[in-house]
Amino acid sequence: MWVLGPIGFAAPWLLLGLGALPLLWLLLRAVPPAPIRRRFPGVALLLGLRDDRPETDRTPWWLLLLRMLALAAAILAFAGPVLNPKAGEAGRGPLLILTDGSWASARDWARRTDRITALLQDAARAGRPVAVVSLTDLPAQAKDGAGGPQFMEARAWESRLPNIQPKPWAPDAASVARWAAALQGSFQTYWLSDGLARDGRPALLAALERHGTVRVFESPRPIYALRPPAFRDGAIEVTALRAGTGPRARIDVAARGPGPSGAERVLAQAALTFAPGASEATARLQLQPELRNRITRFQIDGSRSAGAISLTDDALKRRKVALMGPPDRERLQLLSPLFYLREALAPTTDLIDGSFDDILLAAPDVIILADVAKLSPNQEKELLAWTRKGGLLVRFAGPRLAASDVSREAEDPLMPVRLRLGGRTVGGAMSWGQPKTLAPFAKDSPFYGLTIPDDVTVKAQVLAQPDPTLSKRTIASLADGTPLVTRKAVGKGQVVLFHVTANAEWSTLPLSGLFVQMLNRLAVSTRPERPDAAQMKGTTWVPVRLLDAFGTARDAGQMAGLPGERLVAAQAGPDTPPGLYRSDDRRLALNVTDAKTVLKPAAWPADIEVEGLSAAHETPLAWILLCAALILFLLDLLASMALSGHLRRGARAGTQAEARSGARAGTTALLVLIALAANPGQGRAQNITKPGDAFAIQATAGVVLAHVLTGDARVDAVAQAGLQGLSDVLTERTSVEPKTPMGVNIETDELAFFPILYWPITADEPIPSAKAYAKLNEYLRTGGMIVFDTRDADLAVGGAVTPNQRRLRQIALGLDIPPLSPVPKDHVLTRAFYLIQDYPGRYDSGITWVEAAPPDAKKVEGMPFRNLNDGVTPVVIGSNDWAAAWAVNAHGLPMFPVGSGYAGERQREIAYRFGVNLIMYVLTGNYKSDQVHVPALLERLGQ
Amino acid sequence: MTDPAASARLRGRAETLAGSLPPLLAEAERLAASVMLGAHGRRRAGLGDEFWQYRPAHPGDEARVIDWRRSARSDAHFVREKEWQAAQSVVFWVDGSRAMDFSGDRGRPPKADRARLLALAASVLLIKGGERVGLTAPAVTPRSGNAQLLRLAMSLGGMGEAGAAGAADIEDTADYGAPQAGSLPPHGRAVFLSDFLGDPAGVEAALTRAADAGVRGALVQVLDPVEEAFPFDGRTIFESMSGALRHETLRAGDLRGRYLERLAERKDRLAALARLTGWQYLCHHSAEPPLGALLWLYHALEGGR
Repeated sequence: MWVLGPIGFAAPWLLLGLGALPLLWLLLRAVPPAPIRRRFPGVALLLGLRDDRPETDRTPWWLLLLRMLALAAAILAFAGPVLNPKAGEAGRGPLLILTDGSWASARDWARRTDRITALLQDAARAGRPVAVVSLTDLPAQAKDGAGGPQFMEARAWESRLPNIQPKPWAPDAASVARWAAALQGSFQTYWLSDGLARDGRPALLAALERHGTVRVFESPRPIYALRPPAFRDGAIEVTALRAGTGPRARIDVAARGPGPSGAERVLAQAALTFAPGASEATARLQLQPELRNRITRFQIDGSRSAGAISLTDDALKRRKVALMGPPDRERLQLLSPLFYLREALAPTTDLIDGSFDDILLAAPDVIILADVAKLSPNQEKELLAWTRKGGLLVRFAGPRLAASDVSREAEDPLMPVRLRLGGRTVGGAMSWGQPKTLAPFAKDSPFYGLTIPDDVTVKAQVLAQPDPTLSKRTIASLADGTPLVTRKAVGKGQVVLFHVTANAEWSTLPLSGLFVQMLNRLAVSTRPERPDAAQMKGTTWVPVRLLDAFGTARDAGQMAGLPGERLVAAQAGPDTPPGLYRSDDRRLALNVTDAKTVLKPAAWPADIEVEGLSAAHETPLAWILLCAALILFLLDLLASMALSGHLRRGARAGTQAEARSGARAGTTALLVLIALAANPGQGRAQNITKPGDAFAIQATAGVVLAHVLTGDARVDAVAQAGLQGLSDVLTERTSVEPKTPMGVNIETDELAFFPILYWPITADEPIPSAKAYAKLNEYLRTGGMIVFDTRDADLAVGGAVTPNQRRLRQIALGLDIPPLSPVPKDHVLTRAFYLIQDYPGRYDSGITWVEAAPPDAKKVEGMPFRNLNDGVTPVVIGSNDWAAAWAVNAHGLPMFPVGSGYAGERQREIAYRFGVNLIMYVLTGNYKSDQVHVPALLERLGQ
Repeated sequence: MTDPAASARLRGRAETLAGSLPPLLAEAERLAASVMLGAHGRRRAGLGDEFWQYRPAHPGDEARVIDWRRSARSDAHFVREKEWQAAQSVVFWVDGSRAMDFSGDRGRPPKADRARLLALAASVLLIKGGERVGLTAPAVTPRSGNAQLLRLAMSLGGMGEAGAAGAADIEDTADYGAPQAGSLPPHGRAVFLSDFLGDPAGVEAALTRAADAGVRGALVQVLDPVEEAFPFDGRTIFESMSGALRHETLRAGDLRGRYLERLAERKDRLAALARLTGWQYLCHHSAEPPLGALLWLYHALEGGR
């Protein structure tokens, strides 16, 4: 192979053929082109003329050049050019290919495997034994320290390569060190690093260098990771990290979660900008609580690694908690039953105050009733329904509850237990005994594991009636065994009763940190920060969804649960894979990164050669050149044909001059095209009018009646002619002088310009798209009117629904149409311009519908009409085929007969009058209806 | 054979063109030689439409010829005499040879189209002026009236259709045509429309014969701009329209000068011939608008001295 710059030639001696090109030039010039036959009557005058020089015209130089180029391309192609020819990689002996296999490698794993494949191919060519090892997935024999990497033939590894996959955690320094210590023999190492600095990396490098040289491959692309977002000061703080510093960079972070339909979608998006030189970027996201609670994960857009994903857990969820206490009286704030609850819950939840009805409307997650004894039956019913649907009702006892009869005889559905009369007081001034302390929480209690401070004492409580179910329902009890907190399930929800007050009156519980932790365990509140080991003690967490290295979440399947204290201390690793863990109602996310993670780029000693990942592949260029030669030969063929006039067969006599200038123009056009293609975007600077401008100008030149294009050319033409006829009548008889009516495509055209849309319905009309519906509804809301016309006079066989009506119903399904009624006799439509009582079109039997009058509209004695002042109906629905009655042809004559004889003409006249009334109604609204007040106004003026 | 639609189209275009000119009332020099009635007053009493004079009634005059209104104003009887009117005969020869089918450009009609259009437009004008118009080949006897216009249009249109449609006819038709002066009415007018690229002897013979018969008229040479410019280059074989004549050259561009010389010579010869016989000569290019040529033709037939 002969190498010339980046290009090598397989058969360089063929290039000698290029030397023959000048010879060809002379040869081609000498051969005359074929004669052109021309019909020419003037030949009679030519007879007998002789040529001065017996030599033909030469082939044009550009054609020669074209042929030269084609030939040169062919010669070059056969010489076998290759881009980036490989000079064989140096090295011999065993080869160890080491890959980090961490989450940071996942983002370009495909390129890594490509690189490994390329290295394996090289090794196979050189006949070197190879071992491929992933640091996160060390070979089994290495784990116990015995045996080194498994050196095998390179081809064998190629089939095993798909088994090596990145893991969503970083290599464990200790096991890597153990493995490195066990290495034996001498070998060369290729290390595909993920580019992050880690403990133990220098040690591993040193260990490898003892066995042979080390080459490092690393992608220069920046590595991004996402810290778990935190909730601070009413906003979510999203922090992204990058390895090392660099210039200004911008990344987008998307918050994803189930949308209203349940499908996962992007709920919010934040743009994070790394300042130059900064390795962290933070953005704050303000979100509605409903939206925020839906978020399941944050993700850096376009990054495919577990580090770029942060699963969210309860830390971001803020529950809506409604507080209800007894009716407020003048009292000290500290004595208020709600004070301590408010203090405990305010940092982590959204509190709702207000009346009972307001509270339920706000759809809270938790309702806390502090010393509320009696509820009205209606309230009770609603509260029970809410609880059954999954609400958590927490009740606190108090003097009122103790004094009431609630749950005394029979168990109240909203109380977990029956209560004994009176309750008890211990350790008070007037009672025996000491204040009671709490018993340790039982193993099946949700509070299990919480440390009970010594100073928590109970002085008074309400007592539960002994009951077979009592022990099952008790989740916390005093040292003497009396229940302190009881719980029962109601439907999907539950009711929890604290047998003490929510203030410090009966116990010191609300003063202690235990109170907050208990509320937390009950999922009343959610923890603001990552819990510590003490809080997690005694809980078991089962993985729900696990992340793989690429950031894809999968169902965890059957995996053993983890004790809480271990989980909370764990880093992502083989035993604690990153993902979402669940314990009862609480969820905890274990992410690849935590709040303290910092990414640093790997630092390599100066003598280590660091290469990029991109494997330079040999690229044979022969086919490109052959294609070029082929195209050039085709061009030559075309040009030759053009020159000899064969391209212009249709012309009876073409001239060579024209052919030549045509070819020249073609070449110029080609050059211009190439220039344009190479330089897109230029040359379209000015004089850009928006596509809809002409339409808008036409539509706003005056009052323009419009009809919806149905796609049926005949119906559209009739509608156009009908509106034209109506426009003519309006111009003749009224001061409304509409311009030429327009057809409107509801999918693409702007509707806001038209006061009225006439919409003939055909049975096979397409249903508008969601966008069109949005536009139509906006149009109806902002005062537009649509006149639907099914054009069938409601005539259906056997009283069924006509196809047009069925279509109308399907179309109208997506529209905001108010309740309808047939046009009442006192509707403004009956007297907007003419006094009419019928609304005939080509038919007069169909019923015409408009928006129904408000139910409270009453006819006042002595008034001819009801007082219907407000609102113009947004729709008029009829079936009388009005457009056909109005339609006129180009000469202003009716297009269709209506009825028969004079009666028919009368019907057409009434149809026109209805049209005039309709347009008047659209343009002036209820002005005519307001006329009802004129006598009253005049009377008042007269006084 | 004759496609009514084609001839109707031709006539329509011709009438459009002729509509922009005042009616042609050709002056007749030789009134006596022709006795047919027409629109040319002969400055003497005779049959016609225009009033000439009142004369006293002679015995023998029929009672119905007496103008009673004039007679009632006096005692004598008067007869109302009208001017004797006669029409001019104009005969067209439109070259139907294959050379006329040539067009140098796809968008340009062949020369024959232009020649037929000019002939018919002139005919429309003449017939409006009351003249009698005919054709030599195919022979159409000169007559006046709109029916004649229809016949002319049919004949001319049919000529074009036959030239374009029937392959057998094409074989028969010669490359170049010569006017046929045999059927010219004596002392009439004649118009020859052709490219006159063929043998000039035929034209000379026809013109001489026409001059002998007292016929005067106009030669209109219709040429395609390509024939005038000779914009050819390179190795070319030129063929006449039927392929009967051919000439091969290696460098067509070199022939241009000599071709143009010969063309100019041919034009000079035609002009001289026309001068000699009292005819008029015009060279018209099919790329130009036809109105100029029609105007010229109008004047040539009107003055024609």
